[in-house]
Amino acid sequence: MSKFNKKKDGDLPAVSTASLPDIVFMLLFFFMTVTVMKDSTLKVENTLPNASEVKKLEKKDRIIYLYVGKPTREYQKVFGTESKIQLNDKFADVSDVGSYILQERAKKAQELQNVLTTALKVDKNANMGIISDIKQELRKVNALKVNYTTYEGDAFRNLQ
Amino acid sequence: MAKRLSPGVHAGSMADIAFLLLIFFLVTTSIETDAGLDRMLPRMETPPPLIINERNILRISINDSDELLVEEERVDMGELRDIAIAFLDNGGAPPGNKGHCNYCEGLRKQESSDNPLEAVVLVTTVRATSYGGYITVQNELVAAYNHLRNREAQRRFGEDFTEMQAVYLNPETPEYIRASLREKIREIQGLFPLNLSEAEIK
Repeated sequence: MSKFNKKKDGDLPAVSTASLPDIVFMLLFFFMTVTVMKDSTLKVENTLPNASEVKKLEKKDRIIYLYVGKPTREYQKVFGTESKIQLNDKFADVSDVGSYILQERAKKAQELQNVLTTALKVDKNANMGIISDIKQELRKVNALKVNYTTYEGDAFRNLQ
Repeated sequence: MAKRLSPGVHAGSMADIAFLLLIFFLVTTSIETDAGLDRMLPRMETPPPLIINERNILRISINDSDELLVEEERVDMGELRDIAIAFLDNGGAPPGNKGHCNYCEGLRKQESSDNPLEAVVLVTTVRATSYGGYITVQNELVAAYNHLRNREAQRRFGEDFTEMQAVYLNPETPEYIRASLREKIREIQGLFPLNLSEAEIK
């Protein structure tokens, strides 16, 4: 009969979820700005070696990527366990590297064609034989700027 | 006359939609920024055979189990940096002679390099050398050069060379800073040019 209803114990006001979308959108925009799209799925094992004296590779549009490593488990039956080169989405031979570089170079804008860098993403267990073959191919097509892409870290960890 | 209120849009499901988008971006993108060791390959046209004095060459070979041989001596990976610094910084040409290095602080041994401009580091690998081992060697050599360049940059400009280079390479650096840095970087690079050479694998 009282005019003022006593609140029952434990009757908490509901938490407003109206600002939840805003928070999630904020997260979304954060991820959209700091990440880049993956451009190709890797078919080779690609544990990069570590190095401490690295330089950052800026400007993605000036880089051509080459991946080298052992084929991953599901491709090993077909391609064996010897190190292979991956260009875009398929395995390639050393002799294909030159034409691939020329083809990629032709796709870039005219003013960038002379400043392209070839980023070699090579598994640390690959051997130098295939690397030096690739380097010969790169020299043939005059793609002289290379970058051995590495993780930042202690270089002596590569040796184990 | 009662004012008609439109029913409020239910915003509860907006969070779900945003979450879906968020998850999509998380899955399809990666955060990594690439970094690595920059190197210029030599041109294909064979240059006229250079005649380099044996004392100006530091020969490093890596075998198939990633062991190092420097000037025919077995050394540990950890010692390589100091060996390279000692070799590059030697400055063996006597004062007054052509090629005397007045900024070198090395031991000035006659049997080691004349000056950093002439000094060449030659890395030889075999086909079975692992890429990891090769990168370690390259990294140590770059570290040796960076050490010397930093020392010289500190003396002349009071800044680290690697620091200047990082600022220079950052695309957000304004042009007027880059222009002044370019000069300094060129000067230091002129004092310690990166003379790394590789023998072709047979």
